[in-house]
Amino acid sequence: MPDIMGIINLSEDETAMRDIAKYRPIGAIPIAGRYRVIDFVLSNMVNIGIHNVSIFTQGKSRSIVEHLGHGKEWDLDRKKDGLFIFNPYVNPKDSTFHKGDIKNFIDQLDYIKLSKQKYVFLSRSYMICNVNLQDAFKYHKDSGADITLLYKKMQGEKDKFINCDNLTINEAGKVISVGKNIGKESNFNISMEMCFLKKSLFIDIIENSISKGETMYLKQAILQQVRKLNVNGYAFDGYLGCINSIENYYRVNMELLDIETSKELFYKNGYIYTNVKDEPPTKYTETANVTNSMVANGCIIEGTVERCVISRGVKIGKNAVVKDCVIMQKCSIEEGAVLQNVILDKNIEVSSGIELRGASKKPLVIMKNQKI
Amino acid sequence: MSREKKEIIAMLLAGGQGSRLNMLTEKIAKPAVPFGGKYRIIDFTLSNCSNSGIDTVGVLTQYRPLELNRHIGIGSPWDLDRKDGGVTILAPFMGAEGGRWYKGTANAIYENFHFIEQYDPEYVLVLSGDHIYKMDYSLMLDYHKERASEATIAVITVPWEDTNKFGIMNVDDESRIVEFEEKPKQAKSNLASMGIYIFNWKTLRRYLAEDESDRKSHHDFGKNIIPNMLHDGISMYSYVFNGYWKDVGEVKSLWESNMDLLKEDNTLDLYDRNWKIYSKNPVNPPHYISSTGKVKSSLLNEGCVIHGEVNNCVLFPGVEVGRNSIVNDSVIMPDVKIGENVSIRKSIIMSKVIIPDFTVIEDRENNEVVLINE
Repeated sequence: MPDIMGIINLSEDETAMRDIAKYRPIGAIPIAGRYRVIDFVLSNMVNIGIHNVSIFTQGKSRSIVEHLGHGKEWDLDRKKDGLFIFNPYVNPKDSTFHKGDIKNFIDQLDYIKLSKQKYVFLSRSYMICNVNLQDAFKYHKDSGADITLLYKKMQGEKDKFINCDNLTINEAGKVISVGKNIGKESNFNISMEMCFLKKSLFIDIIENSISKGETMYLKQAILQQVRKLNVNGYAFDGYLGCINSIENYYRVNMELLDIETSKELFYKNGYIYTNVKDEPPTKYTETANVTNSMVANGCIIEGTVERCVISRGVKIGKNAVVKDCVIMQKCSIEEGAVLQNVILDKNIEVSSGIELRGASKKPLVIMKNQKI
Repeated sequence: MSREKKEIIAMLLAGGQGSRLNMLTEKIAKPAVPFGGKYRIIDFTLSNCSNSGIDTVGVLTQYRPLELNRHIGIGSPWDLDRKDGGVTILAPFMGAEGGRWYKGTANAIYENFHFIEQYDPEYVLVLSGDHIYKMDYSLMLDYHKERASEATIAVITVPWEDTNKFGIMNVDDESRIVEFEEKPKQAKSNLASMGIYIFNWKTLRRYLAEDESDRKSHHDFGKNIIPNMLHDGISMYSYVFNGYWKDVGEVKSLWESNMDLLKEDNTLDLYDRNWKIYSKNPVNPPHYISSTGKVKSSLLNEGCVIHGEVNNCVLFPGVEVGRNSIVNDSVIMPDVKIGENVSIRKSIIMSKVIIPDFTVIEDRENNEVVLINE
């Protein structure tokens, strides 16, 4: 059992996610047919035995609370430690919302201090991968670094990680500087925004940034240490998906239609857990015609489906044609409807005969709970 | 009284060896046999209890209980992990006077007297873990109370030619049971007992105790308890159930009941959100059908990867079908790996079997269901 507490900071930039992040944080966005974005990092943590995990939200936490519950599916319903969800405190006398996320951590400093673990694994939710954190932690301890940042070396795929942090790393593996990937370079190191550090250092960083007023964002506070402390990089070389824009969300879902990629993501270093729904098997009728698609349980498929990710409990009627789409749970696509390059959020009814089309680079996004 | 009194508790008989299922039940009890793509047979009765608002269930096990015990666990899939009541596994046990197997269905309940008594119930629902059906037991209880019945037996209409396979109830105009015949050659009615009973506990307790001291008795509900009650003129009613009900007692009927799920006119609705059938959920990603895969008239589950052709099949989680393979009219249990260029028809393939490339499985001569265990 590693001596690590896990912290997931959900203060993430949601602006490029358009409507699908309007009522939920990125961590709660449905993905790959039956998961939520946060499932990946959370499963990576519990797969190496981390059993004290806290999630810092930015408000808007209903869907995340509903999804995680008491953490049972991740074996985090514990008497000792377990799962903690912290929402920002709002002082009724001072109803202005504080800028930045550092205040959330200051408010919960007691929890952090009282936790018994010596190390912290700090992460966001939007990087999708199946990483062996045991190896990364061992590297952190052996290297003697103050902070170890996980990253992936990229070659090509310029447009895949736009706006992500770009690390400059020297031969010794030390992080020298942090910039932003604007799609200019073709060889670059993408920060996965996951790091290991001692809890005592983590507390220092938080307290200093408040007392000195240097920054209001945890990320900045950590990255400022690059100049002061020994910050190392740990290279991860598996599949990495990045959910920071609707285009990337669409891209990651489509990339999972490659069976080798999805086998790696769902099985390689341990399973990915999620909230289960007791859905019945998916039923294909005589008229179903499905290729190159990923389909979750509880669906009834009577139409044609190509290159799609279909979530739990979706109905696709006779003669409906659905191509290159991401369909979230409980949608119903009625007879003869035609959809191409569309993202349907939860619980959308597409009436018979309707045609909806987006473009492969710019998918059409339909907001949840609608009848079209 | 340390516990809260319960109006009704269920006693679920799950000890059956199911010897007619031969290889299927070599290692597991019949109620633990996989069914319908993601369930085990016992999930239907347990889900019925949960959905009917019955929160106290004793599961009587006997034969090969390991997998069944593990499946039931503390009952959380069925919301039966309760502070008060919930699911309790009742295995045969040792007492000061020695231990023994349950001698029959009635003896199994008798041996667990103390379990029932601690809830001080008005009614006891006796169930069998061998049947596939969806039923609201609370409606049957309402009926039992309305009629002021002391024993109510659920019955279903069966085809006349099958009456010799069931326990048949002969009833009067008011549904009062007047006669019970076990597998009659010349049936007077086609109402078959479903093995679902509601008893007034006080009445049942008396009959179980009497039966226990009868050395000639088989200690069986159908053979002893019900005939004894009828003989004494106890108020007994039949409760007619309309809907899908199947005893999956043989390889053939197990195959058939799986195939029933694929029919357009299937009456066992697994998609009713108000009456879900709960089971343990596997940890698997959604299933995947590749560009060479083709699936028609089938049920698929999470973790399946299909590169070949699947027609009229029920696939459990984690099944893989290789390129150029064709699987027709079959039930493929969890984690079976089917290689390339394989042809399978009218078969049941048991869990975790690996089928090598170019294998052909079907019974061309007799067209019987083929069962592959390894």
